[in-house]
Amino acid sequence: MWTELDTWTALTAALAAMACTVPGTFLVLRRQSMLGDALSHTVLPGIVAAFLAAYWLGIVGPHSEGGSTMHFVLLGGAVAAGLLTACLTEAVQRFGRVENSAALGVIYTSLFALGLLMVRLYADDVHLDADCVLFGAVETVVLDTVGDSDVPTAAVLNGVVLILNLLLLAVCFKELRLTTFDPDLATSLGLNSTFVHYLLMAITSVTLVAAFQSVGAILVITVLVAPSVASFLLTERLHVMIALALLIAGGSAFAGHGLALWSPRAIFGNLGFTTVDDSSTAGMTAIVCGMVFVLAFLFSPRRGIIVQTVRQSLLGFRILCEDCLGILYRSEEANSRPTGTEEPFVKASVPATLRGRLACWRLSLQGFVAGTNGTWALTDSGREHAEHLIRSHRLWESYMARHFSLPDDHLHEAAHRVEHFLDVPMVDQLEQELDQPGLDPHGRLIPGRSVKEVTEANHSEGESDLHP
Amino acid sequence: MESVPSNLESTTGEVTHPEWSPLSIHDMTVAYHRQPVLWDIDYDAPPGKLIAIVGPNGAGKSTLIKAALNLVPTISGSVAVFGGQYRTQRGRVGYVPQRSSVDWDFPVNALEAVTMGLYRKIGWFRPVRKHHRQLAMKALVRVGMQDFAMRQISHLSGGQQQRVFLARALAQEADLYLMDEPFAGVDAATERAIVDVLKDLQQAGKTALVVHHDLQTVAEYFDEVILLNLRLVASGPVKEVFTTENLRATYGGKLALLDQVGHRMTMRGER
Repeated sequence: MWTELDTWTALTAALAAMACTVPGTFLVLRRQSMLGDALSHTVLPGIVAAFLAAYWLGIVGPHSEGGSTMHFVLLGGAVAAGLLTACLTEAVQRFGRVENSAALGVIYTSLFALGLLMVRLYADDVHLDADCVLFGAVETVVLDTVGDSDVPTAAVLNGVVLILNLLLLAVCFKELRLTTFDPDLATSLGLNSTFVHYLLMAITSVTLVAAFQSVGAILVITVLVAPSVASFLLTERLHVMIALALLIAGGSAFAGHGLALWSPRAIFGNLGFTTVDDSSTAGMTAIVCGMVFVLAFLFSPRRGIIVQTVRQSLLGFRILCEDCLGILYRSEEANSRPTGTEEPFVKASVPATLRGRLACWRLSLQGFVAGTNGTWALTDSGREHAEHLIRSHRLWESYMARHFSLPDDHLHEAAHRVEHFLDVPMVDQLEQELDQPGLDPHGRLIPGRSVKEVTEANHSEGESDLHP
Repeated sequence: MESVPSNLESTTGEVTHPEWSPLSIHDMTVAYHRQPVLWDIDYDAPPGKLIAIVGPNGAGKSTLIKAALNLVPTISGSVAVFGGQYRTQRGRVGYVPQRSSVDWDFPVNALEAVTMGLYRKIGWFRPVRKHHRQLAMKALVRVGMQDFAMRQISHLSGGQQQRVFLARALAQEADLYLMDEPFAGVDAATERAIVDVLKDLQQAGKTALVVHHDLQTVAEYFDEVILLNLRLVASGPVKEVFTTENLRATYGGKLALLDQVGHRMTMRGER
C-alpha cells in the first residue's frame, strides 16, 4: 500500500533524478554522456580525500558526524574530483594523442581504484566505506529526517540542488546553448568555452554526489542520461527538451517506486512466493526510464523507428502506384502506335501480386484508373499523371545522355529511380536546359508536345541531335 | 620554445600594426604539438577588399583564421585587428566557421542559431529579447532564408545550413569577416547568395577574408588573394598575384626541408 512514507521516498528519488537531468541534458548534447558515468566514479577519491583531510584537520569526527559541515566537505571534494577528471582527461587526450573516450577510460578507472584504495587503507581510522558514500539506498531516506518532521534530509538536499541547477539554467541558458553548439564561436565572441565546460563539470559533480548519498548509483547513472536521450528523440527545441527530460525523470521515479511496491506481489504472489513483497525502487526507476526511452525510440515523430518504417513503406507504395500508371501508359502507347488510331481504354496487366492489386485499387479510388478483375485502364486524369511521369523519365534519360557518356541501355534504370522525385518545375527546367527535345535517346516521344509538333520541329532544324 | 631569443642577429625594431589594416599579422608562427603549421606569416590586409585565402589541403588556411581569432595559440609573432588586440576588437569581427565544425542535430531552429551571433551584443547572462530576434530575422532575409526561420537546422540542406552560418555572422554587424570555406559543398543558389552578400559587404566598406577552394572562381569573386602553403607564398591583388608561377609554388610540392624540420621539432623525428 502507498503510504505517506512512500510519497516521501518517491519524491526524494524524483528530486534527485530531476537534479541530475539538468547537467545530463548538456552532457548528452555535447556527446559527452560517458563523462557523466566517469564522474560518478571519480567523485569517490574526491570525497574520500576531502573527508580524510577534514578528519585530520579536526573539522569532522571519525563517524561521519558533523551534519551540514560534512555535506560541504563532501561536495567540495566532489567538485575538486570532477575538475581533476576533466583536466586529466584533457591532458591525456592531448599529450597521449588518443581519442577522448580512451583518455576518459584510463582516467576514471585509475581514479576510482585510487578511491577504493584510500577507503581500504584508512577504513580503520575512520568509519567510511564505499557503501556509505556510493551506494545510498532510496528506501532508507525516510529514516533520516529534518528535525521532528517527516521531511527526509535527502529530499531537502536534492531539492536544493535541483533549485540551484534550475536557477543556473535560467541565468546561463543562452551561454550553455552557445558553448554546447559552437564552442569556437563562443570563444571568439569572448565567452570562454573551456571555462563553461569546467563549470558544467563542477555542477555535474555536486549534483552527482548529492544524489549518490541519497538515492544510490544505479538510479543516478540512469537518470543522468536516459531521460535526456529520450526527450532528444521527441523534440527539436532545447527548452522543450529540458522540460520533457525533467518530466520523464520525475515521472519515472514515481512510477518506479509504485512498480517496486506493486510488481513483486503481482508477479511472485501469484506464483506462490508470498514472502516477496518489495523490490528496488532504483532498479524499477531505471526500468521505467529504459521503457520511456524505448517508446521514444519507436514513436519519435521525426526519428522514430515506426515513423521511419511507415514513411519508407508509404514511399515504396507511392512508387509502386506510379509504376502501375507508367505500365498502363506505355502499353497504351504501344497499342496505339502501330495502327495510329486513338484508343482511349487499353487493357493492360499490372503486377498481379497483392501489393499490385492494392496499388490499382488505390489508383481507382483516386480516379486515375478504371476497370475490374485485374484489367485496368487509365482515365483522363490518370493519363495526365502518367504523362508527367513518362515525361520525367524520358527527359531524365535525355539529360543523362547529354551529361554522362553512357551506352543507351544504362539510361532506363537510372531514370526509373529518378522519375518519382521530379516535380513539375524541375521537369520544366530540364526541358528548357535540354532545348525542348521532342524525343528521348531511344527515339520515343516525350509527352507534353504532340507528335506533329516534334516532327515539324525536327524537319525545320535538320537532324535531331538526340542521338549522340 | 624555450630557446633564449638572441637579439644579436635580430634586425627588427618595434612591431607596429597599422590601424588602417583590418587584420595585421606580424611574424606569426602557429604550431600544433610544437610542429609549425604556419611559418612566420607577415600580412597586412587592405581595408574594404574581398580577400581569398587559397592553398592545398593542410596548408594552414583554417589555422590562419583561427589564430587571428585567438582560437589557437601562436608561438611567436603578433596579430592585430584594426590596430588593436583582438580581445578589445571582438565586436568588429564576424566569424563563419566550417560547416562541419558543429553538430547539426542540435535542437535549435535557424532563427535561434542566427541569434547566437548577437549574444555578445545582448550581453552575457541577459535574456534574448524580441528586437534581437527581429535583427536575426533581418540577417536571415539577407541570405534568402526567411522562409526557413522556424525550421530545425538538421532539416536544412547543406547550402541552407551554410547560409544560416553566414546570417549569424551578418547579425554581428562586424567590420571584418573571417569565413572558413563558406562555398564548400553548397548548391548553385547558395553560392550566388553568398557572393551577393560578399559584394554587399564590400559596398558597405567591410573586409572579408574567405578560405576558398575553387580556383576557377577566385578572380570572379575576389579582389585580393593570399596564397598559403605552410608559409605565405604570395599576397596581393588577384590580377598581380594569382599567376601560374605563384600557383605552382603554392600547390606544386611542399618545401621538403620545411616539412623535415617541422617534424623534427615535434621531437619524434629525432633519433
